[in-house]
Amino acid sequence: MCLAVPAKVESIEGKTAVIEFGGGKRAISIAMLPDCQIGDYVIVHAGYAISKMDEEEALEEIELWKEVMDNI
Amino acid sequence: MSKVNLERINKLRDRICAITPQGSVVLMEVCGTHTATIARSGIRQMLPKNVRLISGPGCPVCVTSAADIDLAIEFSKLPGAILTSFGDMIRVPGASASLSQARARGSDVRVVYSVYDALSIAEANPQKQVVFESVGFETTAPSVADAIMEAKARRLDNFSVLCMNKTVPEALRALLDMGEVKIDGFILPGHVSAIIGMKPYEFLPAEYGIGGVISGFEAEDVLLSVAALLKQVSGGVKKIENQYSRVVKYEGNKAAVAAMYEVFEPCDAFWRGIGLIPGSGLRIKYAYCEYDAQKRFDIKVSDSKEPPGCRCGDVLRGVIEPGECPLFGRACTPDNPVGPCMVSSEGSCGIWYKERKPA
Repeated sequence: MCLAVPAKVESIEGKTAVIEFGGGKRAISIAMLPDCQIGDYVIVHAGYAISKMDEEEALEEIELWKEVMDNI
Repeated sequence: MSKVNLERINKLRDRICAITPQGSVVLMEVCGTHTATIARSGIRQMLPKNVRLISGPGCPVCVTSAADIDLAIEFSKLPGAILTSFGDMIRVPGASASLSQARARGSDVRVVYSVYDALSIAEANPQKQVVFESVGFETTAPSVADAIMEAKARRLDNFSVLCMNKTVPEALRALLDMGEVKIDGFILPGHVSAIIGMKPYEFLPAEYGIGGVISGFEAEDVLLSVAALLKQVSGGVKKIENQYSRVVKYEGNKAAVAAMYEVFEPCDAFWRGIGLIPGSGLRIKYAYCEYDAQKRFDIKVSDSKEPPGCRCGDVLRGVIEPGECPLFGRACTPDNPVGPCMVSSEGSCGIWYKERKPA
């Protein structure tokens, strides 16, 4: 039930943002993400943005990967 | 991250084989979305034989008690009421019926995608009382808090919430205190953690000597988390690590936590399969009590019994695997579910049924 999907913020009006995902558009609440900006990728769960997503972060670059692979 | 990277998966699998210690290792995931990833991606089959992945109480629909479902059904029978709920909830049987059966008998039960949809229904139907059946963990609770604050600001007096929300860390503590299952590490829920951050799990290594890794939901994420846990188990320091750092920050989402505790306060809650867990529920604070459906309408249900023969409770505690329940695939199937774990898209039994080998 805690399923959430990443989506790109297209426009913002007050506490509502329009996001695009899967080719469609949908209005969501950004009340819990006050510093949300147009162009951000956000994680959307049950009609609201729970977190921003760092789109650039690659799996092999995170600290945990290096730790597990013993290359730090 | 959407494309499966086979090279990375192979690298991770090799690494897992190299670092897996001798003897049995049991890792528990406590998020239904992880359960689904593990089954769909064949992660169990990729691991050494002595590493077992078991599912815990990670599906909010599944841990909702039969009594709470019966309570929602009673609310749906109120004259002039609209009962709104998430889709997974409406097919879960209570003691004698489900919300979808209540709907077939004339109750106005509507499936919503979010609490905000319930708020819109209330606005569009001022002559009706709209009750939102609120289940979910910390991922969902902030939006419900926000909707209640919104209702108060807009003076929407025909909207109320039947609050059954629960919190994850207290359930992990209760599970460990029960001591029924040996658990060597937790795959921790990514989106719950996006809200609460890492700190609420720190009691796991500090008090129980068990580590945990907050994990993302792709196959590679889960494999990396398993590898990190195996490293901890084979002599590493037990700690809480964050594999899902692209989404989860150490401190979580402060605005969401603040909203949650503006409207809710902790209370004891009954979990299916586990029982009463102190401080593991959320109830609406006095300042917002006019939006508490149970205060607005005086409805109680007498003792509700769990369905006879159903072993969802044992499945939710990781004591048995779904296939070990005598009802699994026979009396209990997705088309004709007996227990909640077969109904919900995130329930272990439903997921195992879908991914099972054809007989």
